[in-house]
Amino acid sequence: MEMLLAEAATPADLGAARVQMAISLGWHIVIASFGVAMPAITLFVEWRGHKTGEVEYRLLARRWARAMGVLFAVGAVSGTILSFEMGLLWPGLMGTYGEVIGLPFTLEGFAFFVEAIFLGIYLYGWDRLSPRVHMWSAVPILIAGVAGTFFVVSANAWMNQPRGFDLENGKVVGVDPWAAMFNPATPPQSVHMLVAAFMVTGFCMAAVYAVGMLRGRRDRYHRIGFVVPFTVAAIMAPVQVGVGDWAAHFVADYQPVKLAAMEGVYETERGVPLHIGGVAVDGELRYAIEIPNALSLLAHWDPNAEIKGLNEVPEEDRPPVNVVHLSFQLMVALGSAMLAVAAWFAFLWWRRKAPPEGKWFLVAAALCGPAAVLALESGWTTTEVGRQPWVVYGSLRTLDAVNPAPGLTVGLVTVLLVYAGLTAATVFVLRRLARDRPVPVAPQESDVTEAPVP
Amino acid sequence: MTAADLLLLLLLAAMTAYALFGGADFGAGFWDLVAGGAERGRPHRKLIEHSIGPVWEANHVWLIFTIVVLWTGFPSVFAAVASTLYIPLTAAALGIIGRGAGFAFRKTSVTLGRQRLFGAGFAFSSIVTPFFLGAAAGGVASGRVPPGIAAGDLVSSWWNPTSVATGLLAVGVGAYLAVVFLTRDAQKHAPELVDGLRRRALWTGAVVGALAVLGLVVVAADAPALFSELRHGVPLALVVVSLVAGLLSLLLVNFRSFVAVRITASLAAAAVVWAWGAAQHPFLLPGLAVADAAAAPAVTRAMLWVSLAGGVILAPSLWWLFRIASAGSVRS
Ligand code: HDD
Ligand code: HEM
Ligand code: HEM
Repeated sequence: MEMLLAEAATPADLGAARVQMAISLGWHIVIASFGVAMPAITLFVEWRGHKTGEVEYRLLARRWARAMGVLFAVGAVSGTILSFEMGLLWPGLMGTYGEVIGLPFTLEGFAFFVEAIFLGIYLYGWDRLSPRVHMWSAVPILIAGVAGTFFVVSANAWMNQPRGFDLENGKVVGVDPWAAMFNPATPPQSVHMLVAAFMVTGFCMAAVYAVGMLRGRRDRYHRIGFVVPFTVAAIMAPVQVGVGDWAAHFVADYQPVKLAAMEGVYETERGVPLHIGGVAVDGELRYAIEIPNALSLLAHWDPNAEIKGLNEVPEEDRPPVNVVHLSFQLMVALGSAMLAVAAWFAFLWWRRKAPPEGKWFLVAAALCGPAAVLALESGWTTTEVGRQPWVVYGSLRTLDAVNPAPGLTVGLVTVLLVYAGLTAATVFVLRRLARDRPVPVAPQESDVTEAPVP
Repeated sequence: MTAADLLLLLLLAAMTAYALFGGADFGAGFWDLVAGGAERGRPHRKLIEHSIGPVWEANHVWLIFTIVVLWTGFPSVFAAVASTLYIPLTAAALGIIGRGAGFAFRKTSVTLGRQRLFGAGFAFSSIVTPFFLGAAAGGVASGRVPPGIAAGDLVSSWWNPTSVATGLLAVGVGAYLAVVFLTRDAQKHAPELVDGLRRRALWTGAVVGALAVLGLVVVAADAPALFSELRHGVPLALVVVSLVAGLLSLLLVNFRSFVAVRITASLAAAAVVWAWGAAQHPFLLPGLAVADAAAAPAVTRAMLWVSLAGGVILAPSLWWLFRIASAGSVRS
């Protein structure tokens, strides 16, 4: 294989390409999270509906399935754009390393196939299959969603920990696609992402009903619609903090420059404090609150462990410290806040022997929806910007991967406009779906008729 | 036959599946656009929605599969194509957004105004997307995409006689496949539409046949290298298969064999893709042969095994989906 090096692109075009990639990915990942977790939650209420015969469960299942149809469609198109963009924006990456990371993407292709096929069966077979068969038809969707997350995150993990190839005079040789896929970054990253998907979905779904309850609609339909997804997400919140700690240990061991940027550490030292807040100015972190020895302790389980500083590498090899530091802090702060709300939920439930519905609790619960999305985005910003200036850590610089064709800025503006329209339309349609009556018949043929729509 | 050749066949198979299923989906959008005013067009739009609603997402994964197999199996080809054909591929990508989202949104809309808005987005991008994808294919077929990153001309690589001809052909073939498929669905679910659809199928078939012949003339003038390959051996045989199957389809439509025509019309479209593949073989891009472009053997072998295993899962699942999709009634 020839090493394909792009000629230099202009800084404006490189910036445009990055922003375009970041926006398309940041958009897709929110919808994709719903694609991973929403089928499981929907299947659960459908199953409860059949077991108990309660009409509220069955109505919720239909409603959620209908929203899933919309979300899946926009998830699929936004994902398709991403696979185009990998080539349109980063031919230098794909031309050289496409074969190294292609295998997980191919597997992901099959996962999508299974997901799309069974989603079609699940949505359109609602009244054409027996309830039992119908519920079973959702199981492949769940499996494919989890598997797909694993595959695509393993491709991203490879960019952080490239394995499975050698470079010989700029040529990629000795490719081992399985070693590339099972690189050391894959386990912590994919588990962290999977848990994040459940938190985002659970908290966002619950937020819709929390707002409804705050507006006085405290019927059984709203209470179930709130409690089921909120419980799922609340269970995940403590898990996520643990997995996040695992991810941080991983970064400390394998990507010391990223850790230094996340924490704003410039000098290599022992017994390094944890910084809370602060901005990096002229090679030092200012105005931060310091917790003595805490970083060494957290990153290596040893209060006197050595932490590498940014000064170990030349300036052109460092990521933009403030972006990485801030986004990491934001993720951790939001993760801790959601953990607190989850604990409050558990405590109130235990005290009342019934799911809580106090006003302030519901306000906090509703805020968990946007908080989870923000944590997801800031986590990805930490990972992706913290890897800079490399697109393939230590092997290929982002600058050498970008398409040198002129006009990427025009492409960015167009894509921005399209995404703005898509966002507006999606929000509009989902809100209508929750409100319209009579309920539109698609994607299923008919609705639960015994109950009026609350 | 090497592993790389097998992978190329897999790629061609995925492209064929996308041309047929994805093409018919786009074609359905075309008929949606020309179905007439809101009242008059409603029965047709309803039939279209019923026919493609359950399957369009699965159909469209063939495109994603094509892309990932290309970038994994033949990475430098993917890099060259994507970077030089940046403009039409961006346009196609945006069209894909508009189409999928418009279709899904319309399905959930209850008011006429909203149905119109989203429906127009769906239908318009159903024409734009296949045109640009076809134009990109025409650029590759006529040898205008050299190896290397953004090495070809950014505009003339897709805005040239061959590209325009293939773009129009892609739109036409999609429309033709769609109307053929829809006629059969109408027979089952909306018999009163059959006569009108049959007339349209005859017309479209004639127009697309003329476009195909015209396309050959354009290729002869604009891309002599491609044309000389098409004039003998396997490529020629495939061109003939396509023409014969196309003519046969017209007869079958005329005599109302709406099931049989599904097969001949698909064959006519597929043979065009295969003829192109056979004409280029063994070159993927000018001067770049399969053996030089292929990924490492470890990769191609892994891809083939994975695809075999995936196919074993996919085939029965797809069969079940299409069965469920064709059951039930439009009017319930
Ligand atoms: C709901 C979302 C969410 C929440 C609450 C958290 N994270 Fe997170 N985090 C993500 C969502 C996320 C993510 C978006 O999913 C990332 C981006 C890449 C990845 O693998 O996961 C991520 C990345 C990420 C990374 C970088 C991994 C890398 O670059 O390889 C670290 C070190 C942490 N997280 C640590 C934490 C800690 C210590 C948390 C404790 C509160 C935490 N995260 C909460
Ligand atoms: C899904 C959630 C993801 C989000 C939100 C995300 C976010 C980002 C951001 C913010 C950038 C820009 C970095 C910069 O400006 O410095 C970026 C770049 C990039 N990301 Fe991701 N990323 C995600 C996942 C992935 C995955 C799974 C891949 C798979 C291979 C990937 C591939 C890339 C590439 C190729 C670039 C461009 C090169 C670069 O600037 O590093 N990303 N992404
Ligand atoms: C962490 C990152 C990602 C996760 C968890 C993820 C997950 C998903 C999921 C669950 C879907 C199904 C659609 C839905 O339910 O909404 C989907 C669709 C898709 N994604 Fe992603 N994705 C990620 C990043 C990417 C990246 C980086 C690419 C490409 C480079 C990509 C390409 C696609 C494609 C092509 C589809 C459409 C498949 C279809 O038609 O069904 N995704 N993704």
